[in-house]
Amino acid sequence: MNDLKSKIITRTPPRKNGLTPEVQARIGHQLRNMYEDIVRQGVPERFAELIRKLDSGADSSAAASAEDDDHDDDHDLEKHRNAGTRQNTGGD
Amino acid sequence: MPLTSQLRQELFATIPRLRAFAISLSGSTDRADDLVQETLLRGLANIESFEPGSNLQGWLFAILRNLFRSDYRKRRREVRDSEGCHARNLKMLPSQSTHLEFLEFRAALAKLPEDQREALILVGASGLSYEDAAAICGCAVGTIKSRVNRARSKLAGMLYIESLDDFGPDQTLRAAIGSSTA
Repeated sequence: MNDLKSKIITRTPPRKNGLTPEVQARIGHQLRNMYEDIVRQGVPERFAELIRKLDSGADSSAAASAEDDDHDDDHDLEKHRNAGTRQNTGGD
Repeated sequence: MPLTSQLRQELFATIPRLRAFAISLSGSTDRADDLVQETLLRGLANIESFEPGSNLQGWLFAILRNLFRSDYRKRRREVRDSEGCHARNLKMLPSQSTHLEFLEFRAALAKLPEDQREALILVGASGLSYEDAAAICGCAVGTIKSRVNRARSKLAGMLYIESLDDFGPDQTLRAAIGSSTA
C-alpha cells in the first residue's frame, strides 16, 4: 500500500486544481473501476423479474402490487397503479 | 409515450448503470437496489411524460438522484456514523485493486460533501459529459465543473497526500482495517 502511494506521489508540478496528473489519473481510474465492476454484475433477478412481468402485459407486477396495497396512502403507489392501468389497456 | 416493448428493453438495459450510480452514491448495495427499484417504479408510473428519443438513462438518473437526496436527508438525522457504514456496507470485492485500497477509496468518497460526490460520480465514474451531469443535477455546467474539481482535490488530500505521514491516524486506521480483513 505504501509502495503504491509513494509511486503515485511524484515530482510532477500540480495543475491549477492542486493535483498532479498522476493523482488525477489515479482517482479517475479508481472511480471508473468501481463503477464498471458494478455494471458488469448485470441485472439482478429481482429487476429482471420486474421487467418480465411488464412484458407479460396481462397483469403487470406494478398494477398488481399497487392494487394489493389499496389502503396504502402512498401517493407514488397510486400514481403507479394508474400508469399500470393505462399500460394494460393501451398495451402492445 | 406509452410503454412499448422497445422502451421496456431500454429500461432493462439501463439497470446495470442505474445500480452502479446508486451503489456509488449510497455505498450500500441493499439500499441502492431499493433505490433502483423505486426509480424504476416511479419511472414507469410517469412513463407517459418521457419524451421519445430523449435520454432515458439521464431521465432515470435524475429520478434516482432526487429519491436518494430526499432519502439521504431523512437518514442523515438518524444515522450519524454514515462515513464508516459507507465502506463497511459494500461487501463486494473489486477485481481492479486490492480490497484494502478499494475500502480506503470508498471511505474517502463517502466523506465528500453530497453535491461534490454526486458530481464526481456522474462525470468521473459514469463518464457523462458536464452538460449531461448538469441536466441531471439541475444546475449550471460551471457548477458541476467546480464541484468535480473540488471533489478530486479533497479525495487526493485524503488518499494520496495525508498518507505521506506514515504514522498518522490514517496509518492506524489502515492497520485496523487490515487486521480485520486479513
